[in-house]
Amino acid sequence: MNPETSLEFRHYHLLGIEDLEASEIMTILDTAESMAEISRRDIKKVPTLRGKTVVNLFFEPSTRTRSSFELAAKRLSADIVNFSLPTSSVVKGETLKDTVRNLEAMAIDALVVRHASSGVPHFIASFCQSHVINAGDGTHEHPTQALLDAYTIRQYKKRIKGLKVVIVGDILHSRVARSNLFLLRKLGAEVVLCGPPTLLPPEFSKMGAKIEYNLEKALIGADVIMMLRIQRERQKANFFPSIREYRHLYCLTPERLKLAKKEAIIMHPGPINRGIEIDSSLADSVQSVILKQVENGVAIRMAVLYLLLGGKERETAD
Amino acid sequence: MKLLIKNGRVIDPASKTDETLDILIENGQIAAIDSRIDIKDAEIVDASRLVVAPGFIDMHVHLREPGQEYKEDIASGSLAAARGGFTSICCMPNTRPPNDNSGITEYLLTEAKKRAVVNIFPIAAITRGLAGEELTDMADLSQAGAVAFSDDGQPLSNSLVMRRALEYSLLLDKLIIDHCEDKNLSAGGAMHEGEISIRLGLPGIPAAAEEIMIARDLILAESTRSRIHIAHISTKGGIELVRLAKKKGINITAEVTPHHLILSDEYLVNYDPNFKVNPPLRSQEHRQALIEGLKDGTIDTIATDHAPHAPEEKEVEFDQAPFGLIGLETAVSLMLDRFVHKNIISLEKLIHLMSFQPAQLLKLKNKGRIAIGADADLTILNLRKEVVVDVNKFASKSRNCPFHGWKLRGSVAMTIVGGKIVYRA
Amino acid sequence: MAEKIKAKIMDANKIRRVLQRLTTEILERNRNLKNLVIVGIRTRGIFLGKRIAALIKEMEKIDIPVGVLDITLYRDDFSELETQHMVQKTEIPFPITKKDVLLVDDVLFTGRTIRAAMDGLFDLGRPKTIQLLVLIDRGHRELPIRADYVGKVLPTSRKELVQVRLKEVDGIDEVLITEPIEK
Repeated sequence: MNPETSLEFRHYHLLGIEDLEASEIMTILDTAESMAEISRRDIKKVPTLRGKTVVNLFFEPSTRTRSSFELAAKRLSADIVNFSLPTSSVVKGETLKDTVRNLEAMAIDALVVRHASSGVPHFIASFCQSHVINAGDGTHEHPTQALLDAYTIRQYKKRIKGLKVVIVGDILHSRVARSNLFLLRKLGAEVVLCGPPTLLPPEFSKMGAKIEYNLEKALIGADVIMMLRIQRERQKANFFPSIREYRHLYCLTPERLKLAKKEAIIMHPGPINRGIEIDSSLADSVQSVILKQVENGVAIRMAVLYLLLGGKERETAD
Repeated sequence: MKLLIKNGRVIDPASKTDETLDILIENGQIAAIDSRIDIKDAEIVDASRLVVAPGFIDMHVHLREPGQEYKEDIASGSLAAARGGFTSICCMPNTRPPNDNSGITEYLLTEAKKRAVVNIFPIAAITRGLAGEELTDMADLSQAGAVAFSDDGQPLSNSLVMRRALEYSLLLDKLIIDHCEDKNLSAGGAMHEGEISIRLGLPGIPAAAEEIMIARDLILAESTRSRIHIAHISTKGGIELVRLAKKKGINITAEVTPHHLILSDEYLVNYDPNFKVNPPLRSQEHRQALIEGLKDGTIDTIATDHAPHAPEEKEVEFDQAPFGLIGLETAVSLMLDRFVHKNIISLEKLIHLMSFQPAQLLKLKNKGRIAIGADADLTILNLRKEVVVDVNKFASKSRNCPFHGWKLRGSVAMTIVGGKIVYRA
Repeated sequence: MAEKIKAKIMDANKIRRVLQRLTTEILERNRNLKNLVIVGIRTRGIFLGKRIAALIKEMEKIDIPVGVLDITLYRDDFSELETQHMVQKTEIPFPITKKDVLLVDDVLFTGRTIRAAMDGLFDLGRPKTIQLLVLIDRGHRELPIRADYVGKVLPTSRKELVQVRLKEVDGIDEVLITEPIEK
């Protein structure tokens, strides 16, 4: 075997960005570049994961992430099965542990898990033999989103280190914000979090972020602006007084965008609330890379599936 | 039947005794204490190299009976207590149905007499159905045998109801125990609110939720001139408030659990529901304050808040798992290993906290001390013996213990209740 | 892994002469050079392919396109590997359908790499012909595959390693037989 092409990706599961080293993140991004080429071919398929079975286990509605994982698995020739289940064990009358054990009984290789409760992929990984990939857990992490965001940033900016990335919105409840914060800090970017104090607790500064409640101030000199979806339900819990006031303070408008660098890119993990967190015209502007993020998601998920499902079985993995 | 305990190092904080003595037990009471007792017709327990202490009392236990016997019942809970060195335990009223009438209290005492190997003292509800609205028949419950009152698990949110309960308790001279938690502040919370909860994306329970209620309780205790006991204190602010209140002469006491003294929110990083407890495991800063409070006397007693749950209830999504962990069978070893052997508190102080003090707070006559005429409830300790916590050997029906696999120095050698050996290691 | 050098099979001069001979053979067999494309297998096949393209240009004044094929995703030993292989890019920026594809690799051994490479090529198009060029054929075939152009047939034992080193990657042109030193 050629030593220069072998790599050690020593993870059995992908539970969060927090567990990854900077070099491992780079390996995923580099692998994704090779994967992206496959999606540009006429025959968008390679035989690599032939005979492997991947299960999309989604306890929360999601079309984008689920389809993205589905395409990624299919382009690598894995079989994929979709399970969409209600979150509450009371409704489905079966515990999560039993659900997973039943799936495992069908000889599967990987579980892609989306759940409204933080820590569910960790819980599943604690008793399950298959590879577990976190596709978003509660308000904790969404590692493949952060990876595809980093991939997209690198595509446009050719680097990540030293960039100023501003993440705006409901930071407290955002798994996208957490995963991006962990990843971007590991790769040396400056991360500024912005939102109302009710949704941006000061503890985030201990994780390496800068905190700025004022959107105009936050945007000055930004290379990347990441807008988060705001959920209307938060208003009922008094996190902000009204959508009207939230928009007034935190909507990305063409005037505010002028404060950022001229070539700044605008990102959004979707789905977008047009006219609430982002002005509709900006979502479709040349600076918006929102659809590119979606495109890159497939390559990133192919890379993750490839890196986790390859190699020896559990005994030799950590 | 006579029992003679020979050559034990007898430590009795009440009489400030710490010397090698023989103890003779007759008819469930301590009959003689002397440097050497020789009697032919007594069963002999060789306690040389062991410590003989007045029986430990846990004033905060959930026995789950009636209603949730699959988690624990009087028999299994009392065996767990005996294994853990406790000779008396108080059971909290949040059963199904709750202990809010003398019928339930009498049921518990009758069943305990039949099935329990340690003394069971029921704590009755302050309000009917633990609903926080109407007071229970407190005098009737006292008459039936309730030793204290608490709506544990459910804080008493309505300050007027708390005021009335405190006032009414003056009539009975029974302790009111409050689980201090502002439910609006803690709503939806699953762990201590702080850097780690933010990182893990878990909804937090702020320290303020406890501190605000402790402040209210001490103010009410002062104005009503009554006694209030703070259950499972967990915050730095709470300790400061209790310390201040004691200085002012307010009749306030507090208990702390071994898990709040030993564990912190850092243990939650793997989302293991066995570390999910209410009040939550706090940050190091709070934990250090609890240890200070233990040392300087702000904290009066150690209680386990033994809260059994079945595996299928605990092994679920973290935010859906019930709060609580079991503590009866680990408390003594944990305290010996982590506090006595590390010279944070003395052995005598530990015995004071786990035996004498709870007996005083609950006004349990003839308990918490080693004296002629006192009940022959004794906890015998082996300070040197190392144990590895193994939940599979527990007498409890439940396994939700976060200390599984821990190696601890110091253990219970024997538990004697009313002159009967109920546990022998 | 420590290893000892058992023999030096080729030096820079020898490699150059062998490539010249192979180029002549290619020209003899491929009358329609306009239809020829070269695909090098990562890593050293790329540079051998480029050198052959340069030789053809020298002799026939015609530019032959050279592409790069990464076979990692087509390996048949994927689940047995102890460590993962880094997937690198396949870069074949020209159509291969109906072309005469000259597949280039440094060493032909079990034949599994060539099997993977052919699968890879067919996912990219339908060549008219595929021809195989290798610098060294060391035997021990496990699949019914043979090369059309062989620099040198080199009988080896299974324990031995054949190492082709090229200036572009290794800073030196040579072919060595080495053997791992058992601990």
